[in-house]
Amino acid sequence: MKPRSDYEHSWWRRLVRFVDGETLADVEKREEEAGENDAQSQKLADTMAEQLFEQEEKYDRADRKRRLEMEHEKEAMALYDKYKNWPKEHGVKIFGRLYAVMAVVLCVIIITTLLVTVSYLPEFGHADNPNNNEVVERYNEKALEETGATNIVAGMILDYRAFDTLGESHVLFIAAVCVMILLRLDITKGKNPTDTKRLEEENDRLYEPKNDKILQLSARILVPIIILFGIYVILNGHLSPGGGFSGGAIIGAGLILYLNAFGFEKASRIMNRKNYAVISVVPLLFYALAKGYSFFTGANHLESGIPKGTPGAILSGGLILPLNICVGVVVACTMYHFYTLFRKGGM
Amino acid sequence: MEIMEIILLSFLVVCAISVALSKNLLTSIVIFMAYSVIMSIIWMILESPDLAITEAAVGAGVTSVLFYITLKKIHAMKGEEDDEAEE
Repeated sequence: MKPRSDYEHSWWRRLVRFVDGETLADVEKREEEAGENDAQSQKLADTMAEQLFEQEEKYDRADRKRRLEMEHEKEAMALYDKYKNWPKEHGVKIFGRLYAVMAVVLCVIIITTLLVTVSYLPEFGHADNPNNNEVVERYNEKALEETGATNIVAGMILDYRAFDTLGESHVLFIAAVCVMILLRLDITKGKNPTDTKRLEEENDRLYEPKNDKILQLSARILVPIIILFGIYVILNGHLSPGGGFSGGAIIGAGLILYLNAFGFEKASRIMNRKNYAVISVVPLLFYALAKGYSFFTGANHLESGIPKGTPGAILSGGLILPLNICVGVVVACTMYHFYTLFRKGGM
Repeated sequence: MEIMEIILLSFLVVCAISVALSKNLLTSIVIFMAYSVIMSIIWMILESPDLAITEAAVGAGVTSVLFYITLKKIHAMKGEEDDEAEE
């Protein structure tokens, strides 16, 4: 607020000036300075206001621009959402219908193809069938004499076709090795407590009732019987139905039951990794040595040196019994090893 | 014997369809086990006891156990979440 122009001439100012000992000229001089200062400050304020205004205007413009951009963006997003959700809302529906229709069509095509093919197959067990040829005749008539096994199937797979069975047991072994490469965990990492907990979680024993009494009692009764039956099936493979593969699978199942009932600690006393390597590699090597000559001699038979024995006795059939034992051991180990690999990634 | 065979084969078809149609994976595996057992009986009737023993041991035994572990690993067993919530 500016003082009135006649303020300096008022009675009150005259008295104050008189008391202060100033003249009118001093006051005017001071006034001028103040006026200059005032003008300067006014100028400064004006420039500042201008600047502020400019800034505001700039900000306003930027704001408007941004708002516009946002609107554009929103529109674009809406458009994008529309097109993005299109497959979700309509595309998936269309695809689902197409999928169902195509599945049904494919199923019908496959079923008709298979049925037509089956209708062309010869009648089951008919005498004129193409599989009823001299091979079957020879197997039926000479198998007992040539292999010494009363179970002709065992004679076939372990004598006539022993080389095929060698490949099969190697396939099983290779499958176990491949699963081991894929699923094996590094046990050496499990040193600190968090890792042991992690390992326990991976063993699936964290949330399980440990040492289940019913399971343990039944396993104590059943496991010896199952394993004995498996051993019987293997050893009697050349005399009665069965053989290395089935007996090995039975023993493997018994071992898995034992492992489930008593845990890894007790089971690993008999089946740890070292034992597994020895028990599965030694039979395979024996098998390969015993029957590998077929490969080099052009599938010709050499005398095994083991007498054929009397048909029906347990020690008969030449090499069939040891080969059965080899296959059985390999299969049992592989079954058990598969289970441990699936369960915790190692023995 | 023929009636028995027809019954078993129809069981096979029913099992195969219900494995595909059941929503619960655990039920599927149990039905699959039943399929293997019926198949082993059929092998028995077809006079191949070797295959019957192998089918019973591998199909009904070991394969199902491996399926169970896989279900457990991928937390697909029903009721497992409840067990974990209780602890």
